Order: sequence, then structure tokens, then C-alpha cells
Amino acid sequence: MIGGLFIYNHKGEVLISRVYRDDIGRNAVDAFRVNVIHARQQVRSPVTNIARTSFFHVKRSNIWLAAVTKQNVNAAMVFEFLYKMCDVMTAYFGKISEENIKNNFVLIYELLDEILDFGYPQNSETGALKTFITQQGIKSQTKEEQSQITSQVTGQIGWRREGIKYRRNELFLDVLESVNLLMSPQGQVLSAHVSGRVVMKSYLSGMPECKFGMNDKIVIDKQGKGGTTDDAGKSELGGSSGKQSIAIDDCTFHQCVRLSKFDSERSISFIPPDGEYELMRYRTTKDIILPFRVIPLVREVGRTKLEVKVVIKSNFKPSLLAQKIEVRIPTPLNTSGVQVICMKGKAKYKASENAIVWKIKRMAGMKESQISAEIELLPTNDKKKWARPPISMNFEVPFAPSGLKVRYLKVFEPKLNYSDHDVIKWVRYIGRSGIYETRC
Amino acid sequence: MEWASQLCENRGLGSKMTDSKYFTTTKKGEIFELKAELNSDKKEKKKEAVKKVIASMTVGKDVSALFPDVVNCMQTDNLELKKLVYLYLMNYAKSQPDMAIMAVNTFVKDCEDPNPLIRALAVRTMGCIRVDKITEYLCEPLRKCLKDEDPYVRKTAAVCVAKLHDINAQLVEDQGFLDTLKDLISDSNPMVVANAVAALSEIAESHPNSNLLDLNPQTINKLLTALNECTEWGQIFILDCLANYTPRDDRESQSICERVTPRLSHANSAVVLSAVKVLMKFMEMLPKDLDYYGTLLKKLAPPLVTLLSAEPELQYVALRNINLIVQKRPEILKHEMKVFFVKYNDPIYVKLEKLDIMIRLASQANIAQVLAELKEYATEVDVDFVRKAVRAIGRCAIKVEQSAERCVSTLLDLIQTKVNYVVQEAIVVIKDIFRKYPNKYESVIATLCENLDSLDEPEARAAMIWIVGEYAERIDNADELLESFLEGFHDESTQVQLQLLTAIVKLFLKKPTETQELVQQVLSLATQDSDNPDLRDRGYIYWRLLSTDPVAAKEVVLAEKPLISEETDLIEPTLLEELICHIGTLASVYHKPPSAFVEGSRGVQHKRLPARAGSGESTESPDVGQSVSGVSDAPPAVIPSQGDLLGDLLNLDLAPPTTTVPPVPSSMQMGAMDLLGGGLDSLMGDEPETSGSHYRTEVPSPQPADFSERELGGDLGGSPAMGVGVGVGVGVGVGLGPAPVGMPAGLGAAPAVGGGLGDLFDLGGGVGMTSGSYSPPRVVWLQAMKAKGLEISGTFARRGGVIQMDVSLTNKAMSVMSDFAVQFNKNSFGMAPAGPLQVLTPLGPNQTVEVSLPLSSTGPVMKMEPLNNLQVAVKNNIDVFYFSCQYPISLLFVEDGKMDRQVFLATWKDIPSDNEAQFQIKDCHLSSDAASNKLQGSNIFTVAKRTVEAQDMLYQSIKLTNGIWVLAELRIQTGNPNYTLSVKCRAPEVSQYVSQCYELILKN
Repeated sequence: MIGGLFIYNHKGEVLISRVYRDDIGRNAVDAFRVNVIHARQQVRSPVTNIARTSFFHVKRSNIWLAAVTKQNVNAAMVFEFLYKMCDVMTAYFGKISEENIKNNFVLIYELLDEILDFGYPQNSETGALKTFITQQGIKSQTKEEQSQITSQVTGQIGWRREGIKYRRNELFLDVLESVNLLMSPQGQVLSAHVSGRVVMKSYLSGMPECKFGMNDKIVIDKQGKGGTTDDAGKSELGGSSGKQSIAIDDCTFHQCVRLSKFDSERSISFIPPDGEYELMRYRTTKDIILPFRVIPLVREVGRTKLEVKVVIKSNFKPSLLAQKIEVRIPTPLNTSGVQVICMKGKAKYKASENAIVWKIKRMAGMKESQISAEIELLPTNDKKKWARPPISMNFEVPFAPSGLKVRYLKVFEPKLNYSDHDVIKWVRYIGRSGIYETRC
Repeated sequence: MEWASQLCENRGLGSKMTDSKYFTTTKKGEIFELKAELNSDKKEKKKEAVKKVIASMTVGKDVSALFPDVVNCMQTDNLELKKLVYLYLMNYAKSQPDMAIMAVNTFVKDCEDPNPLIRALAVRTMGCIRVDKITEYLCEPLRKCLKDEDPYVRKTAAVCVAKLHDINAQLVEDQGFLDTLKDLISDSNPMVVANAVAALSEIAESHPNSNLLDLNPQTINKLLTALNECTEWGQIFILDCLANYTPRDDRESQSICERVTPRLSHANSAVVLSAVKVLMKFMEMLPKDLDYYGTLLKKLAPPLVTLLSAEPELQYVALRNINLIVQKRPEILKHEMKVFFVKYNDPIYVKLEKLDIMIRLASQANIAQVLAELKEYATEVDVDFVRKAVRAIGRCAIKVEQSAERCVSTLLDLIQTKVNYVVQEAIVVIKDIFRKYPNKYESVIATLCENLDSLDEPEARAAMIWIVGEYAERIDNADELLESFLEGFHDESTQVQLQLLTAIVKLFLKKPTETQELVQQVLSLATQDSDNPDLRDRGYIYWRLLSTDPVAAKEVVLAEKPLISEETDLIEPTLLEELICHIGTLASVYHKPPSAFVEGSRGVQHKRLPARAGSGESTESPDVGQSVSGVSDAPPAVIPSQGDLLGDLLNLDLAPPTTTVPPVPSSMQMGAMDLLGGGLDSLMGDEPETSGSHYRTEVPSPQPADFSERELGGDLGGSPAMGVGVGVGVGVGVGLGPAPVGMPAGLGAAPAVGGGLGDLFDLGGGVGMTSGSYSPPRVVWLQAMKAKGLEISGTFARRGGVIQMDVSLTNKAMSVMSDFAVQFNKNSFGMAPAGPLQVLTPLGPNQTVEVSLPLSSTGPVMKMEPLNNLQVAVKNNIDVFYFSCQYPISLLFVEDGKMDRQVFLATWKDIPSDNEAQFQIKDCHLSSDAASNKLQGSNIFTVAKRTVEAQDMLYQSIKLTNGIWVLAELRIQTGNPNYTLSVKCRAPEVSQYVSQCYELILKN
């Protein structure tokens, strides 16, 4: 298991060092600094073995987190733990920075004591941790309170405490998708997928039992066969338009979701944590709506000039507006000057980034826009041709490119006197570009 | 500390809310000041001081001098302060053991605190203080905490048992904590269960033979129930533990799989990977025609793909694992090629791994896409990545025949880019392509030749020279090209020198008229002006060959080369199986078994996949009986050429001809053999001993890497003599002296030599079943006086695959005996009576009855000392009697114990040399054939035989009833009655008994 956990600043100075196992000595701290942080070459693997000691590291801004072990540990678990550690720290004191870590070092030690015991990760749900790791010192708790804490930390519903009360029961659902594309210069889709997340903010009293439904093809098909279409549910939250159902390649759930139930009935039922959390992640590859099409045209005029023309076309309902559109056209390293003309938005050559950045604030569906640029090149005797990195794009659209629709989110709380209808529900769809690239 | 003080100046000490100020301390007299503060009356001040101490500790300052003062602060109601003091204690207790005792009282008191958080904190911290004296005091509180009413305390106590075990294993066992821990597996709280499982798994790892985890269907059921309810981390502990279980049959296996599959949708990648591990392992047991098997395969793909959208570090772990999964079960991801396409912004470690998997998944169906991608990658920035991409194109050509032409043209395009390292890499792979598809793509040679000057890496130069030599007849100016290389001959690396020598000899054989001068030049450079023995020896061989019999030289040097295989970089099947059992762990990231990077006893145990139902392997055998079934199950020729090469290396060293003359195959290796078999022999005349002793070092423990290299580098290099040159080198040099002499006739006979020797490998198969299995002489096991008149004597035998215990029961008492029954204690190999003891009629006084009791080897297993000890209880109407006897381990040698030659070679080198044991068998006067026959009677099979001068080596394999393979090398020297036996086995404790059997069988 994890033998020790160190946090360094960008210079390699130790900010936090907690050793859990006897086989990890103080010199391990230095070994990582010398061999990884101060290494001359860029590190080529997140796992490094130095003198039979394995170091796992992740970096958050310029802070290094490293877990150390001498055993054959579960590597996936160690990384998951490091991410979780970052989440917990962020939840307690915000951004992970050198200053914040120094300011909270006592807290961090306390957390490390709690969430890692002898190198075995323990309950790391912030909701639960915050009930008893407070940095205000535990005030005289009653016996009931204490046992409530312990039963929550160890319990089956470790992510929610009892006795939550809201005057207004409310929930927010955000369907956040990032659409990824790799397209050939000829417009052929080399690969495309949507990775989506359903993020929920719940402000619900008691221990509500929730059921979430979406236009999952498998469910819809099953219902279609059974003849019991849940029309009421469908129209409940914003209704369904366009595609009837979507094929989900795979999905993963927050630990509150009963996986065995999903496996057998494909229904998503759970008792949600309080506040914001990520209910599920999913991935689709079929029938993706690609919001933009990029058509590049690059022409080399002699050895010292390049002509670039890029057309973007928006491909969604004209009534919808895409925002924060940015097209990034890479330029060769020996670029000496650039002239740009664009019909819409603003375009600028950024020498430091070796790219022309073209920004458009807003663009409606089914529109087209164009940029053309002339790039002057310095003559070089470098034999290597310019690698022509792909043209990438960023944008935000108010729909889900996968076609996912929320059909319902039902809330049952039998013990308290509020029903599903009393809960105020909000749904929002945001599609963003992930890695959206077109080769040129 | 500088950063700390600087920061402090910037921020000013006034910022009361933050802790960073503690990182500042005045330089001098700091300890003294802290001491004063620690002893202050004010609580706040105390706390501040402790914080400062901890801050100093973090940056590596020694604050151990404050030990008593800090410990004094321990008695407090303030939990935060208490935790800080504990943190300090954990760090310094070891250096101040005597003073640490001062803390014990507080710990013990805290363990009784009404607040469960404090109880748990105390027991958690106590376990981290590695001081013997404290450990003693820990036992009582720990015992209480393990039974605490609060689950939080229990889960903490469970881990504490593992901590204590790490400090003092004996103490934990003596105090019975292990049993309490086992009880916790049935705890009502899932987190307690998970931690107990984690602790037990860890303890079990350091006791490979204990049956600590005692996994049975009931406990498995409990674990599966807890799996649904516990935290993500707990699920990982449980899944990792489940993976160590071997289900009894395919039904159980399926039901576990069904309950594990929902985990594939978990958000935590580690849970997913651990679930994949369990499924991959248990799938092994499911019959392939089962519907569920297909369903499961389909279910595995999506979660694996999803892992690729995780953070890059996890992607890396996932990709390393997918690499294994793809090798084991290519069908799972065969349609998912696209997700492995490299993204521009992927970190380099992700890119390189993706590339590896792309090649593995490349097939005729997707090759067009893959090639387009690879070509794209070859223009990227990172040099390593680009090289790998170019290499990958070559690999595609070799793997997918239909694509070869496209690959070659892609490579040519890349060569046109003139980027130095791209060109060099491309030439290296084109050479491979030539080896795979001879006489198909020579048209590209012209383009290659244009780039001759830009090659500066030895590998690329050697490859180019090989190409020129190999196709000399088609390159008009081949002599000029080679001559240009020859100018700087002595500055070249050995690799290039050897290649150049061979290429020029080839050229000479193809165009003898114009190149005589060139060949003489290179031969003299190689033989007279070089200090490198390999080069010199190869030079001499060529020289003599050419001067003696140019026709033979042509046959040898220009012999047809075997095609190279497509999969040279696959992980070896046995290692792959082990790594599959370690999915998700570091081993799977490193692609090395845990023993390669973990110190001590932990992880040294080799894990194996379970045997498929119905394969006849006993799956119940515990660690000793780790079935090596993988070896025999593996597809026969995954790495065909490697095996061949190995075999041929063995062949090489074979000495002069025997009588048989089978038809001569005209492969390249045969050619090589000829060269040595006949040539050398005649060259060396009367001094065979020198080479004999040299060969010995060459053959026995080939390193895997060596071979793939030889495969790709050496051999590809094209010269058949290359491998040979190395092997023979010294012998020739020593034996002959520098002057090339005319070679006596004898080459004519040479082909027969090789052939005949090759045939010897089949010897084992040809030998009939002659003598029966060895049976030890009868001995008296139970004396009459000790057993109220019953005398038992007997022996063991193996007849027709059945182990039998031949017993004679003699009644030496006055009364009649009846109601006989027999029972065995658990023993090392699970021997148990397969039927009742058949004594039908009562046994009268002075009567003797002979009974044959058939034995099975599927009974309960327990390791005995000695290993072959058997404790027997015999009951009759009078009493129960006990005796113990020892059976020859040859009883357990099963009939299908003949290993395939290639598997033998692979296994031999796979077993670490630590496991090799050597024995002397004295005073044995059998010839090697007779010995082989005799041993075969007892199921010791000769896999191969080779003769080096006066020494016969028999390579033998044995398989035990529990699936353990034993490999042996028996060396018999004519005229020497002492044989040498080397035994290699994954369970080295068996070796000694095996050698005893050899001795018994051979002398019987």
C-alpha cells in the first residue's frame, strides 16, 4: 500500500511529508526531488521507479503530489487517491497553491491521518469529513452526535448525513458535454466522441430517494416493447425534441448510485449527496451532432509564403446561439509576419503561441464564416518540413451534442411531508468543445 | 526554511488566520524558545508551539530534543492539539524509545474514551509507533477495540492488526488477533469488512503458505455482499482479494462474475480495473461456448474505453493494462481501434502507449486507417514518438501482409522528408520488410542508396549494408558503395563491421570477378588489424570457407533465410498470465512480475490463471501446486521463430555426426550448422575439448531479450554466420592460431551432420515404453508389537497412470482381525485413498493378505516435512493404528509429462536461476540412451538430447499430479560414472526429492 505521501512546491521543497510505512525512509523525499522534479529531461512517465521505490505523481498548477511505495500496490487506486486528495483539499481551502498548503498544513496533516490509514485509503467524502475535521477543534459533541458521525463515516450512505432540512426543496441538473473530434483535411471524421457529465446540485431535505431517467436507447426500446411509454415523464422536464433516444457506449456513476440495480434494470436510483456532485459520466460515439465544421485550405507559395483559408460552418438550429468561439490556426516556427482578413469576429497572430487566434463572440446556427491569412516565412535551411499541427476549435453551445435528454428526476422522501411535485427542478444543457481538431 | 521566512516577511505575522507563520522560526535558540512555549500555561500558546514543531519536522529539521515537552502536551481535551502531538510521536518515538513509554498511559486511557473518534485515534496512532515496549501495551487496547461497539473504532482496529503484524508478526499470532480479524469479515458494517479484508490480504502475502484468507463460498458470498455497500476504496480491497480466489467450478465462477460486472460502471477507475482483473481471471474457467462468456466479453470493452477519458496518469495505467488485455484476449477490443488514436495534446507517455496498442490491434480490416494515422504521427515533434511511429509502420507491414506495399510506399514518402532520424529509422524497418517479403520490394533500393551519406547511427548503417550485400547483384555499384564504407572500417561500431564483412563476402560470391580485391581487403582488415575476437573469427571462417570450397561457401553464405515472424515483442505467455493476475497494480504498469521490483518475501509468489474447466488440471492445489498449465495451454507457436532459433542454437553446438542421415533441409540455420558442424570439426582436428567447454556457457540460460534482438538485429543482419561467429569465436581462435590454413575435405559430409543432429531431438518420441515405473522395495511400515499384532508392510507403484499402494497385512496376534479401513492425513500432494481397503474376509491368526489400494491425488493438501511423507491411519476391529511412510515422488510423475521442445526452452529460461539445484548421481554405469529409457519408464521424459564431445546432455521434463512442472538436465560423460543433474522448478522444494528419484530409478 501507499508508504508515504509528499507535497512539493515547484522548486522541489517539501511542504508536506507524511510517511505511513516503515520501509519508506526520509531519503525517499530527496530521491523524488532529484530524479523527477529536478530531472534534466521532462519526465516521461507518471510512475517512476528509483532504487526499488515507486513514485506516483500528479501535478496541480506548480505543486507536485507524490505517493511512494515499495510494494506492488494497486496503481490505479493510488492515482485515484491522489486526485481525491486534491478534491478534498480544494473543498477545504480552495485552489491548491503553495500558499494555501502552507496556510493549512495542520489541516492537511489531519486529513491525511484520516483518509489514509497505514496506506489504505479510508472514507474520503468531503461531506462526511467536514462533519468532524473542522479545524475549529471538535466542540463538545453529544454522544448522539458522535455516533452519528462515526456511523456516517463508516456507513453505507457515507456521502450524506441525516437531518438535512431545507425550506425550499430544489435541485439543479446540468448536462455538460464535451464533444471531441478529429477530422481529416478532406472532411472525413477520423474519430468523434462525446464525453458527458451530469452534475447535480441538490438542496433536498431528509434522505430523499431519487430516480433519474434519460432517453437511453436501451430503456426506451424496452419500454417500447412493453407498450408502456412514459409520456408524462418525457414531457416533464423540458420535453423531448429531435432524436428519440441515444445509444450510450458506456457510463459510470457516483458511488451513491446502486450499480447492481443499473446492471439488472438499467434504472438509475440513488440517495444524493447534499450540494453539488457529479452524478454520472457517459460516453457516446454514435449520431453525434458536430456543432461546427472546419474547412481548411493551406497553400504553400514558394518557400517563403503560406496562404491559409479557413471556413467554419455552424451546424445546428438557427434559433440557437453558439458562444465563445475560438479557432486556433497554427503557424510555422519561422513565421515572420501575418496578414489576416476575417468576415466576423477578431483575428490576431500570436507569435508567442505560434498561431493565429480567431475569436467570435456569438454565432447562430446554419451560418458560415471565413478567415484568410497570408503568412510570410523566413527562409531557413532546416530540412525538416513544418509538422502542420491540426487546427483546433473552442466553443460553447446550449444543447447536448450527444442528443441526450433528461426525461425525469423523481424525488421520494417518505418520511418528510414533501412530494415529488413540491421539488423545484432545473435542467440545463451545455455542450463544449473538447479536443476539436481538424488536420490541415 | 528560507522560503518560509521570506513568505512570512511578505505576509506579515499579523495574519492570524493562517498557519504559514509556523514555518518561520528564528534561527538560533529556536529549540530553547519552543521548549519554553511548550511548557507554557496558556493552552493557545502550547498549541502554537506544537504547530511550529510540526512545521520544522516537515522541512526535515531535527526537533527530537523536544520530545518530553511535546509529549507533555498530550494530555489535552483539544483534539486538534492531540492529533499534532500524535503526529510528532509517530515520527520520533523510534529514536526515543524510552521516553515514548511516557505516552503509553495516555494511549491506554484514550482507548477507553467515551468518544469513538478519540478511541480510534488512539489505536490508530499506537499502531504507528514502532517501539517494542509500546507494542506490548497495545495488545489489550487493540483487543477491546476490535470488539468495540462503534464501527469506526473497529475498522481502525482492523488496520491496526496489520500494523502490529508488520512490527511483530509472532505477537499477532500468539495473541490470536488473526482469528478476531477473520471474524470481522462477517461484520455488519461494510467498511469494517473491507478493512479486515485489506489487513488479512496483506498479512497473507507475507505468509504465502498459511491458509489465512481461507476463501470459501461462504466468505466469498459475504465479500460480494459487502462489495455493494462499502466505499469505493473498500470495493477495491475486496475486488483485489476476490481475484486471489479460485472458484471450484465454472458455475461458481460465472455467478461471481455476474455479481462483479456492475462494478464496471463505477466512477472510480481503480474499481473498474480491479473488477476487470477478477473477470479476466475467472473467465478463464468459463467454457467458451457458453452464452455468458460472449456476453462478458462484450461487457468488458466499453469500460476499458471509458478509462481513456480519465486523467492522463490514469490513462497511462489503463493503457499499460489494456496492452496486456489485448495480448491475452484480442477479441475484446478489436473493433475499438479509433479510441487509441493519438491526440495532439496527449502527454508523451500516453502517446507512446497508444501507439503500442494500435500496432497490436492492427488488422486487415483497419490497416488503412492505422497507416494514415501513423504517417501523421511521423511528422510530429517528439523524436522518440516519431521513431516509434516509423517503426510501427514497418511492424504493420510485417503483421498485415496485404498492407505491405502501402507501408513501403509510406516509408518511402517519409524518407523523402530527409529528416535524419526518420530516414534512419525507416531504413532499419525496411530491412525487416525485406526479410519478411524477399524479392518483392527491391525497386526501392535505389531510393535507399541515395540516403547512404546521411546515416550516422550504427543500426541504420548496418541495416543499409545488409541490404546492399543481400541485393548486391541488383545494385550496379554495390562494390563502390561497400568500398566507401570500408574506408573508415576501424571507426565503425562492431555491429557495422560484422555486417560489412558479411556483405562484402556476399558480394564476392555473387560477383567474384570484380570484387576479389575488395574481399581480400576486408578479410585482412577483419583478421589482421582487428582486436575484436568476434570479428576476427568471423573473418577467419569466411576466409577458410572461401579458400577451401567456394561452392560450399556459396551454399552457406547465400543460403535462404527463414522468414521473420510478425510478433516478436509479445510478452511471454507465462509472464502474461501472471501479469493478468496483477491487473491494475504496479506489476501491470511495469510489465514485470512483482518479484522483480518488490523486496523481501512479499509478492514473490507467482500468481497463475486458473485452469479452464474440464482441462483436467486440479484447480484446488494451493500455492505449492501452482499449476503451470498456462505453459501447456499456450498456443503452440506464439513466438515460433524464437523457439526455432533457440533450438538451432542448441543444434549448433552439437558435435560430430551420428549414423542416421535424414533428408537435408535447406534452411539458413542448417547452413549455419553445416558451417560449424563439419567445418569446425575438421578445422579443429584433434582439439575438440576446447570448444566443448566453451559451448557450455553459450547454451543453458538464454536471456529473452537476447533472442528477440538476435531475431531482429543479428539475424536480420542477414549473415547466417553472425550468430555463429559469436558462439564459436573463441574456440576457433584458440584452437587454430591466426594463419588461415587450407581446410581438409569434409564439407561434403557436413549437411548430414546437421540433419542427423536435428533428428536427435525427436529421440524422446521414438523411444518406446520399455521398463515399467520404478517401485521401491517393500518395507515394514508398522511393526506387530506396536499394533497389537498387526504387521503392515508395503510399497508404492504407479501402474497405467494410477498410483497404487501395495500393502500386505499380516495378523500376528491370536485373534481374528476384521473391519479394516484406512485413512490418510492431509499431505503435500493431496494423496488420498481412491477406494476402501479391500480386505474381504476376516484375517485369521498368522494369515497375510495382499491388498492394492488405488490412490488419488485430489485429496486435501498440507505441506509435510519431508515433502513425501504420508501419515496413515489403519483401523481394524481392535484399534486404530498410525504409521508414517515415505513414497518416492516418482509416483506423482504423470504420463503426459512430456513437454514440447519450445515450451521447454521457454520455461527453462523463465524459471529464475535461483530455483536451479544441482545434484551428483554417483556410480551409475548406464549409457545415456539406456538412462533415458529407464527414466521414461517412470514418466521422466527426454525432451531433447545433445552431445558435446564426450558429454551427453539429456533435457528432461516431468509433470507432477498437481501440475507442477520439473525441468531437468542430466549430464552423462562417457566413462564417468558420476552424472550431474540440474533441476529447475517453480517449486524448488521439490527438486531434492526429484533427484532422489533419479538416483533410485537409475540404480534400480
